Amino acid sequence: MSPPLLGVGEEDQSNVTLLASPASIDSLCRNSSELKERNYMGLSDCSSVDSSGVSMVSDGNKSSLNLKATELRLGLPGCQSPERDPERCLLSSAQLDEKPLFPLHPLKDGQYPSSQKAVGSGSKRGFSDAMDGFTKEKYLAKSEVAPMLSPRPSSNLGLKTEPTNAKEVAPSKIVQERPRAANEPRPNHNGSANGNSSAPATKAQVVGWPPIRSFRKNSLASTSKNNDEVEGKAVPGAIFVKVSMDGAPYLRKVDLKNYSKYQELSSALEKMFSCFTIGQYGSHGTLGREMLSESKLKDLLHGSEYVLTYEDKDGDWMLVGDVPWEMFIETCKRMRIMKSSDAIGLAPRAVEKCRNRN
Amino acid sequence: MDFSLPTEPMNHKRKNPDPSPDSDESTTQLSSPFPDEVLERVLSLLNSRKDRNSVSLVCKDWYDAERWSRTHVFIGNCYSVSPEILTRRFPNIRSVTLKGKPRFSDFDLVPPKWGAYVHSWLLVFATKYHFLEELRLKRMTVSDENLKLLALSFPNFKALSLLSCDGFSTDGLASITTHCKNLTELDIQENDIDDKSGKWLSCFPENFMSLEVLNFANLNSDVNFEALERLVSRCKSLKVLKVNENMTLEQLHRLLVLAPHLRELGTGSLLQELTPRQHSELKSAFNNCKNLNMLSGFYEVTSIFLPVLYPACTSLTFLNLSYAALRSDELSNLLVHCPLLQRLWVLDSVEDEGLEAVGSNCPLLEELRVFPASDPFEDEILHGVTEAGFLAVSYGCKKLHYVLYFCRQMTNAAVATIVQNCPDFTHFRLCIMNPRQPDYQTNEPMDEAFGAVVKTCTKLRRLAVSGLLTDLTFEYIGKYANNLETLSVAFAGSSDRGMECVLKGCPKLRKLEIRDCPFGNAALLSSFRKYESMRSLWMSGCKVTMDGCRLLAQEMPRLNVEVIRECGNDGFQADKLYVYRSVAGPRKDAPSFVLTL
Repeated sequence: MSPPLLGVGEEDQSNVTLLASPASIDSLCRNSSELKERNYMGLSDCSSVDSSGVSMVSDGNKSSLNLKATELRLGLPGCQSPERDPERCLLSSAQLDEKPLFPLHPLKDGQYPSSQKAVGSGSKRGFSDAMDGFTKEKYLAKSEVAPMLSPRPSSNLGLKTEPTNAKEVAPSKIVQERPRAANEPRPNHNGSANGNSSAPATKAQVVGWPPIRSFRKNSLASTSKNNDEVEGKAVPGAIFVKVSMDGAPYLRKVDLKNYSKYQELSSALEKMFSCFTIGQYGSHGTLGREMLSESKLKDLLHGSEYVLTYEDKDGDWMLVGDVPWEMFIETCKRMRIMKSSDAIGLAPRAVEKCRNRN
Repeated sequence: MDFSLPTEPMNHKRKNPDPSPDSDESTTQLSSPFPDEVLERVLSLLNSRKDRNSVSLVCKDWYDAERWSRTHVFIGNCYSVSPEILTRRFPNIRSVTLKGKPRFSDFDLVPPKWGAYVHSWLLVFATKYHFLEELRLKRMTVSDENLKLLALSFPNFKALSLLSCDGFSTDGLASITTHCKNLTELDIQENDIDDKSGKWLSCFPENFMSLEVLNFANLNSDVNFEALERLVSRCKSLKVLKVNENMTLEQLHRLLVLAPHLRELGTGSLLQELTPRQHSELKSAFNNCKNLNMLSGFYEVTSIFLPVLYPACTSLTFLNLSYAALRSDELSNLLVHCPLLQRLWVLDSVEDEGLEAVGSNCPLLEELRVFPASDPFEDEILHGVTEAGFLAVSYGCKKLHYVLYFCRQMTNAAVATIVQNCPDFTHFRLCIMNPRQPDYQTNEPMDEAFGAVVKTCTKLRRLAVSGLLTDLTFEYIGKYANNLETLSVAFAGSSDRGMECVLKGCPKLRKLEIRDCPFGNAALLSSFRKYESMRSLWMSGCKVTMDGCRLLAQEMPRLNVEVIRECGNDGFQADKLYVYRSVAGPRKDAPSFVLTL
């Protein structure tokens, strides 16, 4: 079947290293000049987010990163291109939104290393779509969250922009412009004239097509993803665990066998749950439909951080990331993304327990 | 609306105008042969809307008798009539079905806050229909306050069904479960609901026992399982239970043990590992469900689970697998056990092979719906169904009369064969997912396919067309589709002529919905009187202009001609047009972006 909608399978193509365990921090520091850090370690010190939102600067010993490398570009070549300008305001608010959803691993003494930076830009792009005032794109935004969440855009950082990202972004653009283009012919996408399907990446989205109810469309996203996990794998070997997030309306399930390291798991979870983070803060006004103001976004960023925890076979709640991956998937019964304020005190126990085990 | 409103006075009952002293009652032949009470009693047994409409047109006596005896009313367009007019004519209504927004709102073509508020209806019902028992809403906007009003205003309230509605939250549901002591049915499907929590389920009082139908399959919040368990064990008449995907297999098992008499079951998510003991326990629980004729749910199902269902499948008539991306072999193995199946909904993950299994195993099949398993714009189109699958079903299922088929490719020849095999189609909804895609073998338009459909299927009532289509398709439709009531058209046609042909033909057409077709003012105005015999017309993304719409509004004052104006619209094109007949006049609650011309 096709690659899962939420782009889990695209992890491999990304040259973004995702922080997951303490062991990799050092290697990350070393590699930082080439790689973009995705901050899953709860590090962000987002005070450095400036209002233009275009560039994020690392603090601390990551000074080897140059500004250019940290400049986040979502898709189309540079913000200089006139085409991109209407998108800029979306971009900047999207980029503010780079605070990681849940740090995997606060430092033992409760402090967060300030050295890493939040670089989750690709994933956040989808929120700006979701927050768009054009609610008729709402369902598209949701289904577009998938490609937008793909790490591919962020792989542009410091590199030339790839055309594929232009195509990823273009569809949403076309759709967003649709309401203004009442006189334009409706024909949707590149391939339609020939009647043949062109490469999916170049397909433009048509609002309300194919004619399935939004409800079903959204369910499809999770169905096809989950079944991609199941298909082609020995089902008995699958390890499904429930993942809940404080404040999110429903649970998700993940197959731990799908991942081989923490960073894959955490980025997949971030994608799954990212929409809820915005949603709940959007309850100031309408639920996530209106464009969140910059200040509201900043509140979000400075607000609570999340921690990923799991319940092990003994019934204890521990922080994810402490133990080697293999041990983790064997002992994890279910996971919970909780506010970091609730998670304080878990760390020492986790480490102790690990010591006791080994 | 689906009751006829006579515009002329009916024949009055004519009594003998000059009763002579010699005449006695038996010579008044022109008066009604039996007293009104008898007539009302007889008419109260009449349930069909169409029959009741016919009855009401016979004469004034019958009109009166009918209106007094009618207990259920169906309103297909909430703006076609006002609650005042409704309650004035029908004083004894117990059950109301109301539909609101145009159907294309399901596909995000109608902006939010468009309307279809149930509020004004409930206010009037609260005073006039104190004994209201049932309310079924589709594509209406309902608020939590509305639900509270509903719960508190009608002491006999029994059944609430909300399908594809929006504007409310689970708090509103809590009002219903808390206050409606006689509730028998709560059916919440595919709504845009603010799902805050599952607490509403816990609000049923502990002595509450009357529930027969409970469907919360589309709600995501966890409900308190113990409360649900107690509810199920108390409600001995429970026939329909559809739980949400958070229900585990173990919980499902416990519910089945409590309610083996269920007729319809919606499972939760079926992705847990099963120990052998659990496996056999579940299987035995399903085996005990002798009355089960519908199964649905199946969120995230694995192969291992399916055999557990086999014992329950023998009596199944309706299987809804449209949330389960099954493979062809999984479906095949399942269908072997479902010989009595009449309705089947699947995802196209089963592919043509899966549909071959349908053809082989389900000779009694009457309805098939195949939905796309993934968004065709997001994923590589590697899978899905083609004409081969549909053909296979048509060879094996001669009773097939309802099809909704999302496919990647189709040919004219295949469709012609299909309708030869199954000439009794009443609903033929074919969606070739790539707009304007021709016959992939001949590269010709799909005109002949739909020509074959309308020529062969004389009972056809509903048709949805797709693929590359010229005006010829619509010539065929106009000429042959004499029973057609609903027509859905997208990305089709070559000129105004197409739409003109449909409007000139299709004598029974009630609903016409068109998007992104090259039909303009000439087409719109070609048979404008026809719109009064229809429920509604929707045209979006076509070539109609504001002037054309204004002209229509001028010619037909009893139609509501509404244009939805989007931002950025230059005021010349009428991008979204919605025309419908109404006895209630123009909308009083239209938002600023809806212009009534």
